[in-house]
Amino acid sequence: MADNRGAAVRYENVQKSYDGETLVVKNLNLDIPPGEFLTMLGPSGSGKTTCLMMLAGFEPATHGEIFLNDRPINNVPPHKRGIGMVFQNYALFPHMSVAENLAFPLQVRKMGKAEQQEKVKRALEMVELGDFGNRRPAQLSGGQQQRVAVARALVFDPELVLMDEPLGALDKQLREQMQYEIKHIHENLGVTVVYVTHDQTEALTMSDRVAVFNDGIIQQLSTPDSLYEDPQNSFVAQFIGENNKLDGKVVEVNGSQCLVELGDGTRLKADKVNVSGVGDKTTLSLRPERVEFDPSDQMDNLVKGRIEELIYLGDHIRVRMNVAGNDEFVVKVRNRGEKRKLETGDIVPIGWSLNDCKALDAVA
Amino acid sequence: MKLKTAILAGSALALFSTAALAKDMTVVSWGGAYQASQKAAYTDPYVKMHPDINVIWDESSAEAVAKLRAMNEAGNITWDLVDVVASDAIRLCDEGLAMPIDPDKDLAAAPDGTPASEDFGDLLVSECFIPQIVYSTTFGYRTDVAEWNGKTPDDICDVFDLKTFPGKRSLEKRPINNMEWALLCDGVPKDEVYNVLETEEGQARAFAKLDTIKDQVVWWSAGAETPQLLADKEVVIGSTYNGRLFSLIEEQKQPVAMLWDAQVFDLDGWIIPTGLPEDRLAMVKDFVKFATDTQRLADQAKYISYGPARKSSAPLVGKHATLGIDMAPHMPTDPANAKNTFLYNYEWWADYRDDIDAKFQAWLAK
Amino acid sequence: MSEASDTVLTTQDGRPLKASLRKALRREKLRAFLLIAPLLLFVIVTFVLPIADMLLRSVENSIVEETLPKTVQALASWDPTSGKLPDEAVFAALAADLKVAVKEKTHTRLGSRLNYEQTGMSSLFRKTGRHVKKMKEGPYKEQFLEVDKDWGDLDVWQTLKRFSPPYTAGYYLAAVDAQQTPDGIQMKPEDQRVYLLLFGRTLFLSIVITVSCLVLGYPIAFILAALPLRTSNLLMILVLLPFWTSLLVRTSAWKVLLQQQGVINDFLVWIGVVSNTDRLVMINNQTGTIIAMTHILLPFMILPLYSVMKTISPSYVRAAKSLGATDWTAFWRVYFPQSVPGIGAGAVLVFILAIGYYITPELVGGTSGIFISNRIAYHISSSLNWGLGAALGTMLLAAVLILFIVYDKIVGIDNVKLG
Repeated sequence: MADNRGAAVRYENVQKSYDGETLVVKNLNLDIPPGEFLTMLGPSGSGKTTCLMMLAGFEPATHGEIFLNDRPINNVPPHKRGIGMVFQNYALFPHMSVAENLAFPLQVRKMGKAEQQEKVKRALEMVELGDFGNRRPAQLSGGQQQRVAVARALVFDPELVLMDEPLGALDKQLREQMQYEIKHIHENLGVTVVYVTHDQTEALTMSDRVAVFNDGIIQQLSTPDSLYEDPQNSFVAQFIGENNKLDGKVVEVNGSQCLVELGDGTRLKADKVNVSGVGDKTTLSLRPERVEFDPSDQMDNLVKGRIEELIYLGDHIRVRMNVAGNDEFVVKVRNRGEKRKLETGDIVPIGWSLNDCKALDAVA
Repeated sequence: MKLKTAILAGSALALFSTAALAKDMTVVSWGGAYQASQKAAYTDPYVKMHPDINVIWDESSAEAVAKLRAMNEAGNITWDLVDVVASDAIRLCDEGLAMPIDPDKDLAAAPDGTPASEDFGDLLVSECFIPQIVYSTTFGYRTDVAEWNGKTPDDICDVFDLKTFPGKRSLEKRPINNMEWALLCDGVPKDEVYNVLETEEGQARAFAKLDTIKDQVVWWSAGAETPQLLADKEVVIGSTYNGRLFSLIEEQKQPVAMLWDAQVFDLDGWIIPTGLPEDRLAMVKDFVKFATDTQRLADQAKYISYGPARKSSAPLVGKHATLGIDMAPHMPTDPANAKNTFLYNYEWWADYRDDIDAKFQAWLAK
Repeated sequence: MSEASDTVLTTQDGRPLKASLRKALRREKLRAFLLIAPLLLFVIVTFVLPIADMLLRSVENSIVEETLPKTVQALASWDPTSGKLPDEAVFAALAADLKVAVKEKTHTRLGSRLNYEQTGMSSLFRKTGRHVKKMKEGPYKEQFLEVDKDWGDLDVWQTLKRFSPPYTAGYYLAAVDAQQTPDGIQMKPEDQRVYLLLFGRTLFLSIVITVSCLVLGYPIAFILAALPLRTSNLLMILVLLPFWTSLLVRTSAWKVLLQQQGVINDFLVWIGVVSNTDRLVMINNQTGTIIAMTHILLPFMILPLYSVMKTISPSYVRAAKSLGATDWTAFWRVYFPQSVPGIGAGAVLVFILAIGYYITPELVGGTSGIFISNRIAYHISSSLNWGLGAALGTMLLAAVLILFIVYDKIVGIDNVKLG
């Protein structure tokens, strides 16, 4: 992905405060190589949108510098940054037709009429709305408006496109379809995309890399799979995918492994990720689908749990259990059509590998 | 069901309140200091004697004719007593909207027994009109205008003399009085004024005279404007009612003096609307008899410098109620002030008002 | 659930379904009607009836026929162009009519009515009324001429004849500075024409006021719409302040500020922009009317503008800028077109309020800043020429309606939004 050029976007020690008392963005450093699809993911108020707005030029950075192709842009007004942007509610100009909307960025660039028409036509075809040029935005469905918004952000061939929760207003099915479309457009055009969302599925589906924001800080910046497999702290583990939490204390450290004692005395082996040593409080993170019923004796961790609740979900069964005093412990069992029946109230042995069990910073 | 109860209750309440307030008396006047003087001299002492009567003031005298006409058309007279100028009284009487009165029966005789008809004399200009005061429209001027080099205006024609008395003037935004003054200062003898004004040439003469000061005139439509304009030095000389100028000079102590020359007398008084029910009419008549007796008319002059309409009241005019100054020299009827007065011809204006007003408005708009 | 029996659907108790539905709906409709009935009644009594009354009054002229029924009948056979006075029969009819009229006190009112058309009628009727009781049994012509020689004036009779019909266009003619003469409809003499000038001035000044409200109000509304709600609500109170001050307080304030010895002139003289002898005249003329009315009507411009602008998401302008538009282009091509419905609503509101105003022009307009409404008010409350007042009012109403239609054709009436 990265080539000989420098970063397309670079945040350098960027800080932002609105009221002069609290920082909403705390010392952000981030390099985005050209052509990357980077998603800023986080709950609302985590600072991700602010970072995007600073990049677009609608919010000034309180401190630090933002570079676009190695050029500092803090003093460049938004309209000179040449960044395409897709807004949360599309922001299609309601008093212009679709074609006029698309021609707008070309007109303000004083492009010739014929060239404008050509580009508008191509952009409309790209989003498969070739016949809709004369319609008003209000006459389009939500998905169609979304595509027009994407086309408008791309029509003037920007190298960088920002998207601020562009799919938030669509229903689930359309949202999934649009995720693939945007991903394909990105792949075809090779533009750099900075995408903001609070939806983790969206982030995992589309991105080359994801920056998980919380509290004004990037908690983890990595590819979608390592975000899921190797969360670096409890927040990321919680935020991405489903997760079982077991609170305990480190009693023994052995290289990259450690032994953790839970509140009820159960001792579990875990991958030492975000603890420093013996005596540290820790929260163990364990994905529900990595837990096995009827484990072999060789399993790293073997415990017994009581089945509290069974939920049938078609492709899998969701089992809520009480394990080591924690009755929010969830196990997902693939539905293989086996005869064996799980019953509420049964006390059954379960087990998991130590690599699936991460010892992270203690929650609260 | 509930609606019905509500309506019943509402009507009962309405009936009850009309019954309880049966002694309301609605008196219509001009508002301001003039109405205050009527309240102090007439209604306050009357209500003290008749505590069951509640006086409601309505400040609609300026539109009295229009409103009485409308009430008459609607068949519902809500006013009991209306203060109007003489010309309006004549109009209302002509149209049957005001009730004729018998001065000797309905009004009190003078203390020495002179019947009211003699005491009021020829101020009874209509059989419906009960005169109260004589007022005049006249001029006031600032006494501190440097450009006048110590001269003071003492002649009506000084108003038209921009050379000796430069500065802005204020005049009423209507033809009445202004046309007469213009002709007087264009050399027309006093008793010829209306004959001349009847002709096209005469009207043209009057407009031509007014043209000489037109760009120096601020036109007023409310009597309070001229005193304010004089006080603010916006104008140096202006016409208004003499009572307004009195309060400007004596109460507010402004450097302003009176120019009584060619003051135009007018009358103001009561009319009783026709069509009042028996009980209200009896109440109003009783009040009017009291309010227009010799002492009451003299009392009003304690509060405002308008001359009482009864001859017998003149000797009783005393000192101002709060300032303590002698009121007689401030009356428009005082011999020193009334050396040269002008009589305003009601009947003539009734004919020429529509015509000359149209021309006057066209002239103003030019 | 009932089964469908034959073709007629019924409810469970056997009533036809349609009838049942109608009944249910009727109750709904009746309830809805009862809910709006008070408003309907209010609108009819306070709005529809007065306007109908005004329309009627502007042409109604039955007073002549009602007061002098016999005379009108007798005059029917008289040829006004003959150059001769009507014959004895007409005078006899007039005497009979006037005797009744004097008793009912309607003759002076007729005199005032006819005086609008010809000067001198008022006193002619009043004077004749005083003498008619004493008139002896015929011949009447000489007796009338004795009372007032004007009865021998052909013009008097021509006027009487011309205004005999129960309806007249005379008020409308007067309202456009024209009059009916024996030689047909003609413009009034130059020195009596005033209404067309006032109509024109009313329209012109109202447009100037509307434009100045827009020029002043647009930036204010723009800022208010961009501010956080708390701040904008606070500032909105300041915008609405003119509504809360009494007219007299406001007028006094303008006078203190604007008059020649006023605060603004004093200041300008003090800083040396104008000399003491050439102080600006900013009140008692058109300038005064424009300033004062712009002040009063500004909220009516700001409120619709504000409520429309409030709905324009800031992301439109951001989008425009991100697409490469400068601040001005983003405003002019993206923000402004979306605020046009607010401009339309505000302008229509201000304009219509402005052309009907009369108190403020009367107080600060001097002679060059008064409106047609001032003359309407004068005729309604002072000269009592209600017919002419009604005709002028009707023409003003018609002018507003025409402007509305023009506005609809050019801008489109649905392009008006109050928020």
